[in-house]
Amino acid sequence: MSDQSHALIATAYSVPFAAIAGVPAQAHPAPPAQGKLPKLAPGRLPTGAILLGPVALVVLWELASLTGWLSPKFLAAPSTAVFTGFELLQSGTLADHFLASAGRAYLGLGIGVAIGLLLALASGLSRIGEASIDGLVQIKRAIPTLALIPLAILWLGIGEGMKVALIASSVFVPIYINTHAALRGIDIRHVELARSVGLTRSAFLREVALPGALPGFFTGLRLAVTTCWTALVVLEQINTSQGIGYLMNRARDYGQTDIIVVGLAIYAVLGLGSDFAVRFWERKTLSYRKALAS
Amino acid sequence: MNASAHPLHLPKADAPAVSLRDVTRRFSGRSVLGPVSLDFAAGEFVALIGKSGSGKSTLLRAIAGLDDGVEGDGTLTVPADRSVLFQDSRLLPWKSVLQNVVFGLHAADSNARGRQALADVGLSGREDAWPNALSGGEQQRVALARSLVRQPRLLLADEPFGALDALTRIRMHDLLFRLIRQHRPTVLLVTHDVDEAIKLADRVLVIDEGRITLDQPVSLAHPRARHPGFAALRGELLAALGVTDPI
Ligand SMILES: Nc1ncnc2c1ncn2[C@@H]1O[C@H](COP(=O)(O)OP(=O)(O)OP(=O)(O)O)[C@@H](O)[C@H]1O
Ligand SMILES: [Mg+2]
Repeated sequence: MSDQSHALIATAYSVPFAAIAGVPAQAHPAPPAQGKLPKLAPGRLPTGAILLGPVALVVLWELASLTGWLSPKFLAAPSTAVFTGFELLQSGTLADHFLASAGRAYLGLGIGVAIGLLLALASGLSRIGEASIDGLVQIKRAIPTLALIPLAILWLGIGEGMKVALIASSVFVPIYINTHAALRGIDIRHVELARSVGLTRSAFLREVALPGALPGFFTGLRLAVTTCWTALVVLEQINTSQGIGYLMNRARDYGQTDIIVVGLAIYAVLGLGSDFAVRFWERKTLSYRKALAS
Repeated sequence: MNASAHPLHLPKADAPAVSLRDVTRRFSGRSVLGPVSLDFAAGEFVALIGKSGSGKSTLLRAIAGLDDGVEGDGTLTVPADRSVLFQDSRLLPWKSVLQNVVFGLHAADSNARGRQALADVGLSGREDAWPNALSGGEQQRVALARSLVRQPRLLLADEPFGALDALTRIRMHDLLFRLIRQHRPTVLLVTHDVDEAIKLADRVLVIDEGRITLDQPVSLAHPRARHPGFAALRGELLAALGVTDPI
């Protein structure tokens, strides 16, 4: 590894030297532009450039629909979907379905985050906690949430409670895993420092352990805000007449691909929006890290 | 802090500030330290030098009470108000510079004292900066402020300047020397650097394979860097470290 990087540096430096001395540079295959060192990693994207892929897809899709190559029975055109979405919005239907879904998702998210955090603290800060909790969560992690639906229905019925409980049970896992890992990975030198200034255990938790685990918690939260919507689509096929999932399933029965596309777009926007919001919050909370990058 | 493994007794006024009797430390059966018996007078500046792996950090950590494995047959009398200065600055990245200085300090005027300590190390105006935004030398000055703001009776420093460049290190020597004059804590400075030891200490201990092999008082007048007795003492200490013909 280190040999390799030395070789790279040696090559990189010998290019300008050869140029200065007027020695033909044939010893160095394909030297880059005059005196410049080769960029070994791709540069940063300009802002907005990440949209290239999605925009190209929508344009191609619209063209395929316009030329009749893509039948509306198979998939509605983006423009039709925008129009339908606008209509649903004006009639108030969309808002009702959206609020019903958002209520379930975010209630489940809130409960799941709280449970995940509590379990992670119990397991990350005490050996008895870790011995009793960690194995169970690892097992839970291996079982897909949707496989729990039959049992959840038997125990909790087919109402809202079951839906929120299943969402919470899928959300707490990424919160637990990442927060727990961050707590276990606490810097031993910080522990030693805390001992040397005579910190109490509770002050240690407050001032060292928890702030140190915060980056891990945020990683978990970014996963959780998208996970909470994943289970919803399936859950909203069960005993409900409200929610984005219900709307999409009914649209399937009637072959309304435009409404299905509206539902998918809402999920995409919500997922990206939630992720953006968490990242914004993370950047504000962990602003001390900025100094590292600059 | 850890009363059972590390019994603490406040020394009487005339008693030595730090007292060790037959302190030993083993790692998986291998004796690494001692038995060591030592007394440090109140306000004494002791430098501890020795080869790498000779047990310097082990001894310092035992005195600091950071080592739970020190065996019980020896006794260790150490003031409770002690500070440790580590080789790395160990600042908490999520706390501002001032918060780091007063970390674990519970006094009504903590912040005022923290500001004063930062001013003492020449970092006024950086109170609200994040540690990551400071240079290595500045970070170590914050760590020095953190250990002195508590006005400890005992300052334990484990190669605190080892990671600094030569120029910054000389500045830090002057700073440390000046600051400890204010409250005169007992100081134990672990170092690789013989010159640093002679420049600062009242007494130099040489440790080899866990035993104190030389206990050398230093009575040269300050400033010592160009003192005629410096070279002789340096040669003597280097000889004790096994370096007989330094270039
Ligand atoms: N946690 C540990 N487990 C096992 N052995 C250890 C441990 N800590 C220290 N030792 C051993 O004890 C001996 C003394 O270590 P110590 O850290 O005190 O050396 P030192 O004099 O501080 O060296 P240096 O100048 O390199 O810092 C070494 O041989 C080391 O390998
Ligand atoms: Mg050491």
